[in-house]
Amino acid sequence: MSCIQTKSLRNTVFYKKQERVALRNCGYIDPEKIEQYIGVDGYQALGMVLTDGSFTPEKVIEIVKASGLRGRGGGGFSTGMKWHLARTIIPDADQKYVCCNADEGDPGAFMDRSVLEGDPHALIEAMTIAGYAIGANQGYIYLRAEYPLAVKRLEIAIGQAKEYGLLGKNIFESGFDFDLEIRLGAGAFVCGEETALMVSIEGNRGEPNPRPPFPAEKGLFGKPTILNNVETYANIPRIILKGSDWFTTMGTEKSKGTKVFALGGKINNTGLVEIPMGMTLREVVYDVGGGIPNGKKFKAAQTGGPSGGCISDKNIDIEIDYDNLISIGSMMGSGGLIVMDEDNCMVDMAKFFLEFTVEESCGKCTPCRIGTKRLFEMLEKITSGKGEMEDLDEIEQLCRYIKKNSLCGLGQTAPNPVLSMMSNFREEWVSHIKDKKCAAKVCVDLLEYKILADKCVGCSLCKKACPVDAISGEIKQKHVIDQSKCIKCGVCVNTCKKFGAIIKE
Amino acid sequence: MKNLADLQAIKEKSQNEMKAHSTRVLVGMATCGIAAGAKPIIEALEEGVKMNNLADVEVSRVGCIGLCQYEPLVEVVKEGEDPVTYVNMDVDKVNKVIEKHLKGGEIVEEYTVSGTALT
Amino acid sequence: MINIKFNGAEYAAEPGMTILEAARANNVDIPTLCWLKHINEIGACRICVVELAGPGSLIASCVYKLTKFDEGKNFLTHSPLVLDSRKKTLQLLLSEHNRKCLSCVRSNNCELQTLCKELGVDDETLYKGSNGLGVDIDDSALHMYRDNSKCINCRRCVAACDKQAVGVIGANYRGIKTDINCAFDMDLSSTACVSCGQCINVCPTGALSEKDNTDAVWAALADDDKVVVVQTAPAVRASLGEAFGYAMGTPVEGKMASALRALGFNYVFDTNFGADLTIMEESNELIERVTNNGVLPMITSCSPGWIRYCEAYHPDMLPNLSSCKSPQQMQGAMIKTYWAEKMNIDPKKIVSVSVMPCTAKKFELSRENQSGQGTEQDIDISITTRELSRMIEKAGILFNKLPDGDFDSPLGAGTGAAVIFGATGGVMEAALRTAVWKLTGEDVNSPVEFKEVRGVEGVKTATYKAGDLEVNVAVASGLSNAKELLEKVKSGEMNLHFIEIMACPGGCVNGGGQIIVPSKIRNFTDIRAERAKALYSLDVSRGSLRKSHESPDIKKAYSEYLEKPGSHKAHKILHTKYSATNLSK
Repeated sequence: MSCIQTKSLRNTVFYKKQERVALRNCGYIDPEKIEQYIGVDGYQALGMVLTDGSFTPEKVIEIVKASGLRGRGGGGFSTGMKWHLARTIIPDADQKYVCCNADEGDPGAFMDRSVLEGDPHALIEAMTIAGYAIGANQGYIYLRAEYPLAVKRLEIAIGQAKEYGLLGKNIFESGFDFDLEIRLGAGAFVCGEETALMVSIEGNRGEPNPRPPFPAEKGLFGKPTILNNVETYANIPRIILKGSDWFTTMGTEKSKGTKVFALGGKINNTGLVEIPMGMTLREVVYDVGGGIPNGKKFKAAQTGGPSGGCISDKNIDIEIDYDNLISIGSMMGSGGLIVMDEDNCMVDMAKFFLEFTVEESCGKCTPCRIGTKRLFEMLEKITSGKGEMEDLDEIEQLCRYIKKNSLCGLGQTAPNPVLSMMSNFREEWVSHIKDKKCAAKVCVDLLEYKILADKCVGCSLCKKACPVDAISGEIKQKHVIDQSKCIKCGVCVNTCKKFGAIIKE
Repeated sequence: MKNLADLQAIKEKSQNEMKAHSTRVLVGMATCGIAAGAKPIIEALEEGVKMNNLADVEVSRVGCIGLCQYEPLVEVVKEGEDPVTYVNMDVDKVNKVIEKHLKGGEIVEEYTVSGTALT
Repeated sequence: MINIKFNGAEYAAEPGMTILEAARANNVDIPTLCWLKHINEIGACRICVVELAGPGSLIASCVYKLTKFDEGKNFLTHSPLVLDSRKKTLQLLLSEHNRKCLSCVRSNNCELQTLCKELGVDDETLYKGSNGLGVDIDDSALHMYRDNSKCINCRRCVAACDKQAVGVIGANYRGIKTDINCAFDMDLSSTACVSCGQCINVCPTGALSEKDNTDAVWAALADDDKVVVVQTAPAVRASLGEAFGYAMGTPVEGKMASALRALGFNYVFDTNFGADLTIMEESNELIERVTNNGVLPMITSCSPGWIRYCEAYHPDMLPNLSSCKSPQQMQGAMIKTYWAEKMNIDPKKIVSVSVMPCTAKKFELSRENQSGQGTEQDIDISITTRELSRMIEKAGILFNKLPDGDFDSPLGAGTGAAVIFGATGGVMEAALRTAVWKLTGEDVNSPVEFKEVRGVEGVKTATYKAGDLEVNVAVASGLSNAKELLEKVKSGEMNLHFIEIMACPGGCVNGGGQIIVPSKIRNFTDIRAERAKALYSLDVSRGSLRKSHESPDIKKAYSEYLEKPGSHKAHKILHTKYSATNLSK
């Protein structure tokens, strides 16, 4: 770490290790002024593509393909290939659509929000280019309603683009029309799934459909459609302007370019970073992230949110890219990176992610609707101290069943955190069962609050504070907590800060 | 917008406008910034610039630069120099920065990133 | 052709076939639960999964359409992974299911129960869940109840209701809290449900069932003070046999009459008489409207599900409805007037029961303007074919061994025209037999068969010459087809004189009260066509009595009592009124 005094963020390790492509304009231009976007080469790519005769739609698709850009929403599918399929599977379709997945439902993820709030025109320009490439003249941005500022900034941006003739009819006098509409989500994580998102735009209950057929063949309103994530689109104008070769200079062999991560959890520099693919997790956590606060020890990092897996200390030198993460039982996901330290319980964390997917399941297919709930109950059994060793096998079997049988990605990936945390931290899970102990002191039912006799001065402050009268003892005598009454609220610990006689174990 | 030439004209105009002021003050106004209290800060800056007739200073809202932990952020950008990044700002600190830095040209170092664990 | 394999055996599939269809053509029956051909094809239950050899991934075979990219793939239909997965799916369903099979109306006839047996579920408590505890039953509607403690979320009912262009049920909430119900948790009776019962027909479990009114029937039969009279709709005799092992489409008219007698009904009448009456009144009404510039097209009114649909969704078409009551109601009215007077029985002592293929009849009998007698309801109790079969079972009557019995006079004889009422196009054909006869100067050689209006297509049209007139007719069954037809009429695209509309797809033979047909059969047999065959064969067997106006009993009813079709008396007893409803759609 550098000790040189500096007054500029640009000179910190946090900033210098990043490679800001998707986030290039965030924090630099006013998102509500289209002129400033244009001032930093905005809409140049679109202008070039529409007015330069050598930029046929096929050429645009080639450039995107050659760049190696893969879906930044987590799927990692080749963006160029997706556009190519939408263009060619039904070549004479009477209507095609360009969609943007701005639902960003992963807890702890805010990459797309920042692009939408800080640089909305990048998305507009990219979607228009995509429309040209696949032969669509209508786009939809499916934006979660829980992002009111993003909605406002995007509405302003679309309005300005229309004023300048950059959206609408005959853009750049090229004969190409493109229009863009925002569609608000209604609070369902499952609507971030490709087919459910389209069903929702169609005005129906957001439930996924089996694939095939894939949207490139039959998507929104039954027409060929591409759906890409906000961050994927944010890269497009740059790739067109600077060329696919430039993009391939960053990243690894199979994962080109950069990835935006939302750092959260037990990390000093909570925030948004964009790093080249291939950077190690160690660098992200300690250099860019600034390390773990309060001198605690790193335990694991979760990527991919409720669909992903954890990376434990033994893999901390993994080079972050799509395939490496999958090989260790995790996945890239949309970019949420949650850091955990020694005070996090890996059974409780698995339960946390599973609780989310149980709540967000759409309810259409049996494995996800009922299976995830039964799985969650099995985890609750363990964290409440009633677990048995056979439960571990049952959990694994149910996990594999849900992964294989679920209709959509939500169900197929819901067991990932459970499987990953169970395999990386098996001793912790066993200890919950055999010893009825939670080493991280998180699982309330496995905790005991104790008064240390040698430190207790008998002031009775704890006794007075206890809401259920679980503490007994006379003034100036050693006090004792009755475990059968204790509800583990922790209030007593706070009253004994002076003497530190009450501990949690 | 008819053609690339039109686009170029707007680009140049915008760049000239940015350069018209010797100093740009950027306030992080994404959700992270606003949640941390950036609105009163940008208002204080605009007020302060007006009251002190600092015609050379332009106050601008920007998106999230990624250092969410240290919002509200205010960056003071002078042409050709590294921007000075003020972190964990509030209205009182901002008023001091207006006095000392914008009016007096003296960076208030303790409010910048140099006062944090980042450097 | 695409060359694939099933369990290693090669098979050439046609592009566009689903794996399920291809397997079936290969004599492999992949089990399904939520799949209902052409109605509910959503791949939700995951019972139909097959394993793709190699990657070991599972695919829902009911929705996966084969393409050239599947060349060479080997699908395993009963590998250990597949069998284990199907079993777990059932066990998960059971963890949320009310497992009181012994007292369930669908015991022995439940698709979940059958699958558990077939797929070897040997532990129903492997997963511990709610077992449907705490779920309320919606019994607000007159014709059915919904018990979601037995619902497995297959969505078949939702799809069937959507297909009926009604769509009052759907999924509320999400995840494990998903609840198939009416919007905003409203009671079914507060919505514009038309009582067609198609949802019950397609429900695989006991979650949906008709209201069982047999208790009232048993009580009446045991009451010596009452004269208990029963009538049976044409379509009942085409389906009742299925409950006793007869092949679908076997007419069991004679045994049905005998069974009713054995149950203890004092008099066994045939709704077919009422159907003939309907034809007399309706053909008269049609000719009047045609010759006197009345409202055209005239639309039949014997399907109460259709009437409810019209009143709620197309109130602008109410003037087009025939003012005739349905055969059930006409028969009921005649029982308590004509017959009661003849027999000198106080109408208040009569308990008039009808056996119908229909759930909407339970609602129809309580409608306004359904008392020909004046104070007494035309019909007191309406039970479905299913309820009758349960009564026969409960009484221990050996249906298969019964001799063929007869109906009682004077309300027991129906012509061939009457018996075909139960099939889509039947009412139209019956009406034409009489109307054409009348318009061609009552020529004894007027046509008997009008084949163009027969068949299971959704909408059928035809034009017939009747005397000087060219009569344009149309027939629609299933309410989405009715909607399509009505829109063309309203827009002026079609110019018609007479329309027959039946709420149930295929007509009454596929009514909401008919014997349950599991999806295993429903998906691969056209039950509408099969059951209709029974009725058309009965029609032919009537010999020379195939036109309503030829029926001696009908002639007597008019000469002795009603005077003539459309008379003041006929209007009072046999006709009714309609009004728009304002229920939640």
